Amino acid sequence: MIRLLQRDLILALRAGGGFGLGLGFFLILVTLVPFGIGPNSERLAAIAPGILWLGALLACLLSLDRIFALDYEDGSLDLLATAPVPLEGVVAMKALAHWITTGLPLVIAAPILGVLLHLETAAYLWLIVTLLIGTPALSFIGAFGAAITVGLKRGGLLMSLLVLPLYIPTLIFGAEVVRRGALGFEVATPLMMQAAITAGAIALLPFAAAAAIRIALR
Amino acid sequence: MSLLSTTNLSVTRGGIPVLERLTFTLSAGEVLVLRGPNGSGKTTLLRTLAGLQTPSQGQVHVDPDHIAYAAHADGLKSTLTVSENLKFWAGVYGQTDIQPALAAFDLTRLTGRAAGNLSAGQKRRLGLARLLVTGRPLWILDEPTVSLDASSVALFAAAVQQHLATGGAMIVATHIDLGFEAQVLDVTPHRAKLASQSGDFATGFDSDEDGAFL
Repeated sequence: MIRLLQRDLILALRAGGGFGLGLGFFLILVTLVPFGIGPNSERLAAIAPGILWLGALLACLLSLDRIFALDYEDGSLDLLATAPVPLEGVVAMKALAHWITTGLPLVIAAPILGVLLHLETAAYLWLIVTLLIGTPALSFIGAFGAAITVGLKRGGLLMSLLVLPLYIPTLIFGAEVVRRGALGFEVATPLMMQAAITAGAIALLPFAAAAAIRIALR
Repeated sequence: MSLLSTTNLSVTRGGIPVLERLTFTLSAGEVLVLRGPNGSGKTTLLRTLAGLQTPSQGQVHVDPDHIAYAAHADGLKSTLTVSENLKFWAGVYGQTDIQPALAAFDLTRLTGRAAGNLSAGQKRRLGLARLLVTGRPLWILDEPTVSLDASSVALFAAAVQQHLATGGAMIVATHIDLGFEAQVLDVTPHRAKLASQSGDFATGFDSDEDGAFL
């Protein structure tokens, strides 16, 4: 299992592996927003939590279809399914690899980009905390969507349609915590809701995704 | 000791029955060669034996921990080197030593080469070397000699002989003669009636590349 994580991380970091794709998209989106909205710092500060969370969500979505599609095409998925590793574990490791290469860089980059959007000082801590708690859910839900569409050619659109509605709760609670944090309100309830979604996704979705892959391989 | 046996096995491909009433046994040290025209269901049968598909009827009696399956695609990552690819699969199967496998398929000089830069035959040799690092007794192979030249086929045959001598067994779909004694199972008489009646379907795929996957 650790071998699989290692392999996926190495593959992502080598040429053409897609590392930095999500991060690059996030950087571009957030830098372009002030140009579109105008330099009014109060207006930017008001929308900053939403933009940063939305950007992170779309950046995650961008690299999802690679989670299983590449392994399906080159036959590795067949071989992994017959190997002495549980398919649920394979899914969990691939989702974790996706998070490390996509979610984690976003967590690190978001506070720096918050400056561009005049994010309130009090909100920085909550931005980091919510991204840290919320992005694993994006990777695990995304892995589930990728597993359902793994056998389909050009399954990317269908996957986006399946995955985006499932992303909405994480987006709502994530952006809400940052907004409340910026205004100095109490944040415990939305933060706990978001943590619950992440915990549920990590606990349940590998099983659902593994079942979907077994059907796709038939 | 019987490593694999089936009783009255029927398999389907995409909901269409392709083979039916297959009963055979494979013991340690034996080779079973599947023969039959393109699209007759050899790959489907092998995938069912490997546990990737469920049989529509009958049973497969096999310990999943004995199987090493190799399909048309080698499952290689083009940006990883030869030894990285092999080390990964060795690690998955809980093995560490990849040198004998590299030597058996004459890959020792290529260890540092990215798998994407290998020729088709070299890739296939690497795919077959994977079997040796699994340490599994039952090999289920689908057209293992595609794109291999004569000397590589000889390397493969030698590896198989070695595998059989150490209590292994192999079930293989192939069209070439590997040069050693083997039971032959011609699947043609077992083709499902429905598939042969809808002849358009069967022949339509034969000329197609997809036929190789049936």
